[in-house]
Amino acid sequence: MGTPSKIIKASKLTKIYGDLTAVNGVDFQIEAGTCYGFLGPNGAGKTTVMRMIYCVTPPNSGQLTVNGLDVKHNMSSVKRSIGVVTQDDSLDYDLNVLNNLLVYARYYDLTREQALRRAEELIEFFQLGEKRLQNVRTLSGGMKRRLQIARALINKPDVLILDEPSTGLDPQARHHVWAKCHELIEQGVTLLLTTHYMDEAEQLCDRIAVMDRGNIVTEGSPWDLIKSEVSPQVVEVRGDAQHRESILEKVRGQIDFHESLSDRLLLYTNNSNPLYAQIQKMDIPVKTLLSRRSSLEDVFLKLTGRELID
Amino acid sequence: MTYSAPKVRFTAALRVWQRNATVYKRTWKLNILPNFFEPFLYLLGMGLGLGAYINEMEGIPYIEFIAPGLLVSSIMWGASLETTYNVFVKMNFDRIYDGILSTPVNPKDLALGELLWGATRGTIYGGAFFSILFVFGMGYHWGILLIFPLLFIIGFMFATIGLMFTSLIKEIELFNYFFTLFLTPLFLFSGIFFPMSQLPQIIQIIAWFTPLYHGVELSRGIFNQVWSIDLLHHFIWILALTLLNTWLVLRKIHKRLYQ
Repeated sequence: MGTPSKIIKASKLTKIYGDLTAVNGVDFQIEAGTCYGFLGPNGAGKTTVMRMIYCVTPPNSGQLTVNGLDVKHNMSSVKRSIGVVTQDDSLDYDLNVLNNLLVYARYYDLTREQALRRAEELIEFFQLGEKRLQNVRTLSGGMKRRLQIARALINKPDVLILDEPSTGLDPQARHHVWAKCHELIEQGVTLLLTTHYMDEAEQLCDRIAVMDRGNIVTEGSPWDLIKSEVSPQVVEVRGDAQHRESILEKVRGQIDFHESLSDRLLLYTNNSNPLYAQIQKMDIPVKTLLSRRSSLEDVFLKLTGRELID
Repeated sequence: MTYSAPKVRFTAALRVWQRNATVYKRTWKLNILPNFFEPFLYLLGMGLGLGAYINEMEGIPYIEFIAPGLLVSSIMWGASLETTYNVFVKMNFDRIYDGILSTPVNPKDLALGELLWGATRGTIYGGAFFSILFVFGMGYHWGILLIFPLLFIIGFMFATIGLMFTSLIKEIELFNYFFTLFLTPLFLFSGIFFPMSQLPQIIQIIAWFTPLYHGVELSRGIFNQVWSIDLLHHFIWILALTLLNTWLVLRKIHKRLYQ
């Protein structure tokens, strides 16, 4: 067995728009057949990284290759191997569901027969059969997202890019999209997604790059990141600021570290149960008291001092 | 390695043209009817109305004097609408280009596809107009066949002009200026309704630098079978502007959509 192949490689990748450094010299490598996520708040530079990968934005400096091909000098070949689901839906509202797929297939130079066969497969896989000849306008949010993913898969890409795949979807539609993503990973597609939902990142991603203000602040598997960056458990306290302060004073010696946010106090520890019990017994009123496992949200908070969704 | 934008691919441009054709096919029956009424109304209103006062212009019936120019102006309006408002909406509101550009189609291919489609729409307008003229008894000679490639080339020329304007603006309202301050003066001062020789010298000079004038002269020459070397000169003017403008506008669209 050779070393696992890296399908996408970036080094010192930089994008500057006027005064804004959207992406600030980032490095990452993505292994073929895995799901890789960029996690960060809006404006972190995730979408810009994606846009450089699928060749609609040129990098200002640094290296970026897909399948060994430089993105700036091989635009069409690189794009041929990538399927893209943009954040705002870019479906063709002048066409029905089937024609959205067929017209898209033409951009990849598929023959009419290939396109029809592939389109029917995808309509089946994404359960869009009853809307086959309906205008795209009549689709629900979840169906539109599924059609976009179907469209992105028309050319059987090696890499599928999903920019905020579940933003704006109701919980049921989100889970449907996630289930389809899992199936695609099993089929060997390399998935690349951006998200500001830590549950989405934890659900789907083998590895994650945490982004903030154009930088990758840390990178690794979700579980490793949690293990290495924060303590495994958290006690969350909501209540008046001054009450939170007095709790913090009393437990300061027993915790690994804490984060004080505008509305709550987070106490990180190896074992939250005794701490939880201890705070419960205190004579200090709190609104809610919660003991939970640490998450990527906590990793982000620790590394940037800010919350993922503000 | 220094960066150079990818070369335009004709097959990719064709895919964009096909996309527009697929959309047009859905509604063409509704779309095409006004194209026939418009020339009919023009000929009726201007030819018969004004023609009652002006019997002849430069030795031909007034209706036949204005018809070749009106034909060319219909191409201008048709092709311009396509690469101004329609492209602007696809580029900025409907996000259709976001979808297209994430496929192997690159910005220059996209631009060429829209130019070809603009020329096609211009040709459809012009073709409808021509059929009405034919019904009115104009253009019954073999030389008239030259008009058909001309419809497309003039359509292409105006498609490049419209797309250039579209690539420069950020607000859709600015098209009002393009139509009112550029196309309308062209319509009125390109020798469609009266011979250019009636106008002051300075206006004649300015007219030489504008695109519709050359189209009108070519069209009138073909209709009336005035086969002079001037026709070639007008044709070269149109071809030169079209090629230059195509080159410029592909570069401009690449810059606008790849940043």
